[in-house]
Order: sequence, then C-alpha cells, then structure tokens
Amino acid sequence: MQTRRFFLAAAMLASLCAPALAQDKSIVVASTTSTQDSGLFGHILPIFQRATGIDVKVVAQGTGQALDTGRRGDADVVFVHARAAEEKFVGEGAGVKRFPVMYNDFVLIGPKSDPAGVKGTKDIVAALKAIQAKATPFVSRGDRSGTHQAELALWKDAGIDIAANKGPWYRDIGQGMGAALNTASAMNAYVLSDRGTWISFKNRGDLAIAVEGDQRLFNQYGVILVNPAKHPHVKKELGQAFIDWLVSPAGQKAIADYKIDGQQLFFPNANVPGA
Amino acid sequence: MNDGSSALALVLGGDPALYAIVRLSLFVSLSATALAALFALPLGALLALVRFPGRTLVVVLINAFMGLPPVVVGLAVYLLLSRSGPLGFLGLLFSPQAMIVAQALLVMPIIAALTRQTIEDLWAEYRDELTAMRVGPLARAATLLWDARFSLVTTLLAGFGRAAAEVGTVLIVGGNIDGFTRTMTTAIALETSKGDLPLAMGLGTVLITLIVLVNATVWGVRRAGEIRAG
Amino acid sequence: MRPPVSDLPLMLDDVSFVARDVNVVRQISLAIAAGAPTVLVGPNGAGKSTLIRLAMGLIAPTAGRITWGGRGETDGKRRAMVFQRPVMLRRSAAANVAYALKAAGVPRADRAPRVSTLLARVGLAPLAERPARRLSGGEQQRLALARALARDPEVLFLDEPTASLDPAATKAFEDILRDVAQSGVKIVMATHDLGEARRLAGEIVFLLRGRVHECAPAEKFFTAPATPEAAAFTRGDLVI
Repeated sequence: MQTRRFFLAAAMLASLCAPALAQDKSIVVASTTSTQDSGLFGHILPIFQRATGIDVKVVAQGTGQALDTGRRGDADVVFVHARAAEEKFVGEGAGVKRFPVMYNDFVLIGPKSDPAGVKGTKDIVAALKAIQAKATPFVSRGDRSGTHQAELALWKDAGIDIAANKGPWYRDIGQGMGAALNTASAMNAYVLSDRGTWISFKNRGDLAIAVEGDQRLFNQYGVILVNPAKHPHVKKELGQAFIDWLVSPAGQKAIADYKIDGQQLFFPNANVPGA
Repeated sequence: MNDGSSALALVLGGDPALYAIVRLSLFVSLSATALAALFALPLGALLALVRFPGRTLVVVLINAFMGLPPVVVGLAVYLLLSRSGPLGFLGLLFSPQAMIVAQALLVMPIIAALTRQTIEDLWAEYRDELTAMRVGPLARAATLLWDARFSLVTTLLAGFGRAAAEVGTVLIVGGNIDGFTRTMTTAIALETSKGDLPLAMGLGTVLITLIVLVNATVWGVRRAGEIRAG
Repeated sequence: MRPPVSDLPLMLDDVSFVARDVNVVRQISLAIAAGAPTVLVGPNGAGKSTLIRLAMGLIAPTAGRITWGGRGETDGKRRAMVFQRPVMLRRSAAANVAYALKAAGVPRADRAPRVSTLLARVGLAPLAERPARRLSGGEQQRLALARALARDPEVLFLDEPTASLDPAATKAFEDILRDVAQSGVKIVMATHDLGEARRLAGEIVFLLRGRVHECAPAEKFFTAPATPEAAAFTRGDLVI
C-alpha cells in the first residue's frame, strides 16, 4: 500500500509540472466581462489563432480588476474600456502603450413600464436626473469596471453627487454586467449597460432600451501590453502580435463582422486619431 | 433556442466543448481530492494516535476549517501564486494545476477531520491487540488507515463532493478561461451571468448527474471490496 | 553469542493498580516461574484481567514493581497475549498471521512457510484465504492464538479466551493450548470457568477483591483448599 501511495504522489507531481510545457505559444489577456459576455472573443480569437498559432487565454474581470491583474504581472495584455484608467496605467509605467481598438456605446436599460418617464429621450443626463428625482430602482455595477466608471462620470455630468444622494433605490451590487442585468431584470430596475452585452443577454424579463444615442454614451476600448520592464516574464512578442493584429485590417474586420441577430456589436476604430 | 433541452442536446450530441468542460471538472476535483488525501489521511491518523501539546487546538481548528469559505481559499492561493506573490515564479496562476492545489487545500480539512474521528474510534477497538503485538507508531497508523478503508472511502467522497460543487476557488484561481480553466461550476456561473438561465440549469443537472455517477461507481467498488475482505 | 534472555521468573512486588479511583489490584506480590500453566481464578471484578495485563506489560502498575527475569525494562518480544474478544484485521486469516510475524520482526522470506505451520497448528489451514472477519467465534479465537504464537513466545498470556465460545469451540481451543504448554511455552491464563481451570492448570492463583487470596498447586487447591473462601468458590458458591 505504501508503494501505491508513492506512485500516486509521483503522478501528482508530474501533472503539476505539466503546464510549463503546454503554455509555449499562448498569452494571458485580462479583459472585461462585457467583452466576454457579449461573445466577441468567441468570434475573433479563433481567427487570430488560425492566423498566428497563438492561443489567447482570456481572464474576464471588471476593468479595474483587469488593470490590477496587469499591474501584478499576472497577464501579458490588458484589453479594457476606461480611457482615463488606461492612461493612468500607462503613465505609471505598468503598461507600454495604449492602442484604441473599437467602440460601442452604452445604453440605459429599463422596465417597459418606464416609471421614471425617460423612454425615448436622447439625453442621458436628463434621464439620470429623472431617475434620481423619482427614486426609481437603479442597479449599479459598483465594481470599478469601465461601465461603472462611465456611470459615475454621467452622474457627475448630471450634477448629482451620487455617493451622497443614493438611497435605497440605488442598488450597488459589485458584480459584472451579466449579473447586473439579471438583477435589474428581477427587480424591474434601470441599469446602464454596454450595447454588446445587452444584445446577447437572454434573460431580459420586462426590460428594454430606454435611452440611447447620446454622445456621452460613447464607449471606447483600448489594448495595452503589460510592461516587460516591470515584469520580465511577460510574453512581449506574442502580446504585441495580438495587439498588432487587433488594430490591423484583418483584426478590425473580424471585430466588425461579429453580429448577433444581424446587429453589429462593436465598431472598429483603431485608425481614428484621438480615440 | 434556449430551453432546458439545449443542455441535454449538447450532452447527447457529444458537444466537444461541453465534454472538455466535464473532463476538466473531473480532472481537477478528482486530482484535488487525491492530493488532499495524500496529506490529510496521515495527518488525521497522526492526530488520532499521538498526544502532543496543543493537540486540542489543532483538532478544533481542523474541524472548523471544514467550513472554510471557498472564495477565501481562492483569494489566498491567488495572492500566493500571483506573479507579484511569493510563488509567482512558478507561473501557475490561471491554470488547472493552480485549481487543483487550491481545491486540495479546501478539501484537506474535511478529510483530515473525518479521518481523525474514524481512526480514533478504530484505535479504541484495536488498541489492546496492536499494543500486545508491539506494533510501532507508523505501522499502527498504516494498519488503522488500511483497516478503516471502507469508512475512509466515504470521507474521500465527502471531500470530492465539496471540490466538485464549489465555484469560488476555481473561479478566482483559474480565471474561467474558455477551453482551459472553465469547469462545470464556472461555466454555470458564466451562463447565468449571460442570462441564459435554462442552459445554466441544464448544465447544473449535468453536474449533479456526474457527481451521482462518481458516487455510484465508488459505492460499487467499495461493495465489491467489502465482500472480498469481509 | 549472548545467553538467551528470559522473562521468567515473572515477579510482582507489592503491585497495585488504581483505575478511576477504584483500587482494582491491591499490593499483590507474586512469583510466576517456568513450568506448568498458571491459572488465575476468582469472581468477576476480582482483578484477574487487570493482573494479566500488568503481567503482560500492557499497563504499568500505579505502585510497586514488576520484573521479568530480573529486569524492570524489557522489549516484551517473547511475550504474547490472547484477549477475550479478539480483533481481526480486515484481511484474510493468513494475512493476519503474516501481520503478526512482521510485527515480531520475522523477515519477509520466512513468513509464508511459518504462516502455513501456524495455521496448521491451530487447525485453520483450510481457511487460510477466508476473510478473518467472516470466521466463526471459535475460529477467530484460534486465529488469535496463531497470531500470538507467531511471536514464538516464552510466556503466553490469555484473558478468559473461551468465555464467549461454545463447548465444541472451547474444547478445540483447550486442546491446542495443552499442546502449546507441553511444547514448553509458559501459559498464564485468567478464567472464570472452574472446569477449565481444573483441566489446564498446574498452579492456581485465587484472586479476591484485588488481592491474592490463595496460591497453590492445582491439585491441592481443588481437593484441599486452604481458605474458606476458596472452598466456597470451588464448591460453586457466590463469594462476595
């Protein structure tokens, strides 16, 4: 029986060593739940793999968490949507350079019964003011994600100090986009979502788009290589290859081609200056 | 398109993605249980047989750690394995191996605590004979563990059950990477967050069926063994 | 080559044993020498079982001293014991005996033939591969005896070994025991069965309330007991 135990231990040790061999042509990309939940990666990554043979392992977290993962050196590339946070990331030396990749927009989702009376308006700031004034239920992601940061910026634009003015109507759940939509669906609440996740979301309940088209709802995605100077183990050639592909015509086309029910979710704009 | 039968269709149609997820789940949880047993069985026997200062405290702690929150274990292992952490040089984060280690830590207290109880009870019965035969301490532990093997199988199943059912540890430590570290539980969490609740429930049913099958298989093996060994 | 070390004579010098505030054995002084079987008799609670365990070295006295062949510290290699209810290891009969041989330090190569010999000696050869837990009560007790004999003991202690056995099994067991005694092994046995004491004893130690009440060669004890309590006991009366 002792010998049996020993071989089991040996096999365990051997299997623990295995990853070092298998991971040669792969990178870890820390990205957001919105890109994962919308199914974008499921579409574009196989194309990238066929073109370059590189395996992309996506760890989907909120933007804040994804950038922290990059800071710790646990990812090779970060792919998120909060420009201010991304520029800070590069500014600290945690990332090499920010490349704009694509954009989509945010939409305000709400119950079809529209208790705040905001449906159809193109003014997101006015809509948020109405929601706060009428204290209709509103779900916030509360997780330092790109969407959460956009939401906070919009409250600020509306002149509302949300931290001081939130009441029981403001439900801060600290989770990803899918979870936020599920919660809003269950509570019949308003919620700010990126369009991509909304289009592919299947548990809509009584929810529909309430406000869209406002310029302030523009949502830009950027990709950054984690700085190999800070983390020498970062796979800089493979990571850069991914970034290069994303902004290349092939990558940009792959992004544009991703559709659900005929609707395009993300709009490539790597070549647009100042994006 | 999206009802409970879509999960069944995936199973019956031999969907490769689903089967890959099932294989990974079994690989991770079975390996974690085996790894945990490697340390926890001797530890349990040691606690049952040896009196040392502070033993009571250790026993109480191990009993308490049966209820370790998976997400806390996941976080602790994440910080250890992160590139910025002490074991970062191993490069194990976001891999099945990290998931195995983390789940093993989660499951070890269960196996150790239940083993300790089983061996303690058995020692009360065997004490006279083994003392009269002048069996040394290591041999005693080995003999008791072997003679208790059928009860210990139930203990191992309890550990496996905990491992197979949890999501917090493997989600944090594995990253739920598609095709690499996505297990049944993290896939269910993902489908839930995508709003595809029927598919998530269907996967949940598949997972429960899997766990039942493992238990049934082990039960059969145990029965056969019991009949052979009396 | 060292002279062989003996555990006999086994001397108890003013030995007491207190368990949970109960004085089970009080100030016993006894000498057990080589030769015919020494049988401990006495009513339940007299301290027979405790005395056997002390003599085996399973427990230590709370007062007094025990020496084996003049030595206070021994490795106990040549002492063995059979308990009233034997615990069978969860494996075959043969494997149980092999286990005892291994514990006694017998090298692997020598074990298999010795297992066969020992099983044959206790009449269990045809049941060698049977799971030990599925043996009958009498068979299990004989297997326990085989395990004890595996140690090639100089002294064999038995604590009421036939108390749970039916007459046929008891006879089978006693026959083997007689054989073992004749082969030179010193037997020290506790029994509550007077008939068994009559059948097997060379010497009787009569215990009453934790003390040695009378100690005499068997024939003398049964035909002409020295004390009234011994007389009452051998008549079959309850001695309180």
